[in-house]
Amino acid sequence: MMLKVTGIPTKEDLEAKMPSTERMAKGPVAMIECFQNIPCDPCYHSCKRGAITELVDINTIPEVDFDKCTGCGLCVTKCPGLAIFILDQNYDEEFGVVKMPYEFLPRPVVGEEVAALDREGKEVCTGKVVEIRDGKAQDHTALVGVAVPKELLMTVRNIRVGGSK
Amino acid sequence: MKSTEILVIGGGPAGLAAAIRAGETGAKVILVERDSFLGGQLIKQTHRFFGSMREHAGTRGFYIADDLKEKIKELENVEVMLSTTAMGYYEDGIITVLQDEKIVKIKASKIIIATGAHEKFLPFTNNDLPGIYGAGAIQTLMNVYGIVPGKRVLMIGAGNIGLIVSYQLMQAGVEVVGIIEAAPQIGGYLVHASKVRRLGVPILTRHTIKSAHGTDCIEKAVICQLDEKWQQIPGTEREMEIDTICLAVGLSPLTELLWHAGCDMVYVPELSGHVPVRNENLETSVPDIYVAGDVAGVEEATAAILEGELTGVNAAFTLGYGQEDLIEKRNQIIDNLEGLRSGPVGEKIRAGLSKVRGDA
Repeated sequence: MMLKVTGIPTKEDLEAKMPSTERMAKGPVAMIECFQNIPCDPCYHSCKRGAITELVDINTIPEVDFDKCTGCGLCVTKCPGLAIFILDQNYDEEFGVVKMPYEFLPRPVVGEEVAALDREGKEVCTGKVVEIRDGKAQDHTALVGVAVPKELLMTVRNIRVGGSK
Repeated sequence: MKSTEILVIGGGPAGLAAAIRAGETGAKVILVERDSFLGGQLIKQTHRFFGSMREHAGTRGFYIADDLKEKIKELENVEVMLSTTAMGYYEDGIITVLQDEKIVKIKASKIIIATGAHEKFLPFTNNDLPGIYGAGAIQTLMNVYGIVPGKRVLMIGAGNIGLIVSYQLMQAGVEVVGIIEAAPQIGGYLVHASKVRRLGVPILTRHTIKSAHGTDCIEKAVICQLDEKWQQIPGTEREMEIDTICLAVGLSPLTELLWHAGCDMVYVPELSGHVPVRNENLETSVPDIYVAGDVAGVEEATAAILEGELTGVNAAFTLGYGQEDLIEKRNQIIDNLEGLRSGPVGEKIRAGLSKVRGDA
């Protein structure tokens, strides 16, 4: 079923947004899960490296220049749609890290185990919080980095603090 | 009787922006607001706004309200009257307002009406049971007063308000058991939909509420599927145990004053109801009465701010203020408004606006 009916992007929707396998192998990179022409441009203004296409018409869907993107994560907490994720395949041998926007309380702490959820909110594994940015610059939208098995980098998009239900 | 050059009715995003832009030119302005505080719906909006960075995009709604209020405070020629309800417009251009249970008459050369919109209700069995709220009421309870409405909520409507309020309910620790939507597709921005889906909240399109049940308050709702002709499909009923129903089924422009003033009105479904005919300066068919924001057609806050700015600049200009840079200011605002409405999500608004253009 379509995103417009379910609220969940399809495999095809996502494939069009994914960085290449080669780029993923080089380390952290942004993936923007924005599929609709809505009037919005904070992501473009947040990127210090010019890696997000200039939105001359603010209804344009932003695209990432994966060669310029360093995966710094500045855009993650600026996107009003909470639609930007940083994917880092090189955390260690077994795990990668998904950095996501998080606006719930309590905040997790670094080292804490959390339930890692997919785009439907279903628990897919246990993740370990490895990074939190939650200062003035983030303005209540924290960036939370969660280590998950590498094969779930494209699946995990949310966490539940407090673990399994 | 009070007198002023410009009277702005409504202290939400449109009215605030109108008063600021008019005030900045030096015009004498009175702003009346029914509530005891300024900001309108903005004060409940905890999410970051979309739109262009030129227009507060990326900023949370309540910060935008703070910013506008700060600007109003700096303008000595703008008088703010809070807890003041505009009651009527009279042929001699006088508006009567109720302040502290006293009627005050205000004579103004120009009137900007920015009264906003009110929430629509939905007919279904037992829709008067306690525990059934409009989405605006729930936002007020939670985000202004810090009170949660219940524990398990059924949201009706998957437009932006339904999606955003569902997310805010979840943030407040309230379970949203589902969002039902009569249309075949989600009406709100898909990024908002994806946000609530990641929290595990189901969205059921082509569904409606049939009835609510409970003795003293709501305990259960019955929902069902709709067919392609929006008719209920027998046998698809499903019960949901809940203690709260939240209605986010749209808004209607609050146009009483416009009717009272005798403005030409036209029914435009795309703009959610009867709206005034106006020219490109947002002046209605009654000379010297301007409109801005949701009262002129339900849209969203960024557009309301821009429309407010446009009326403020135009009304002040006709009184002899801001002569030097009118064209530049006006073109900038019009460009921004057009940019905001130019995409596919602005299609409905564009279609609606094409029906309301008239010469005042």
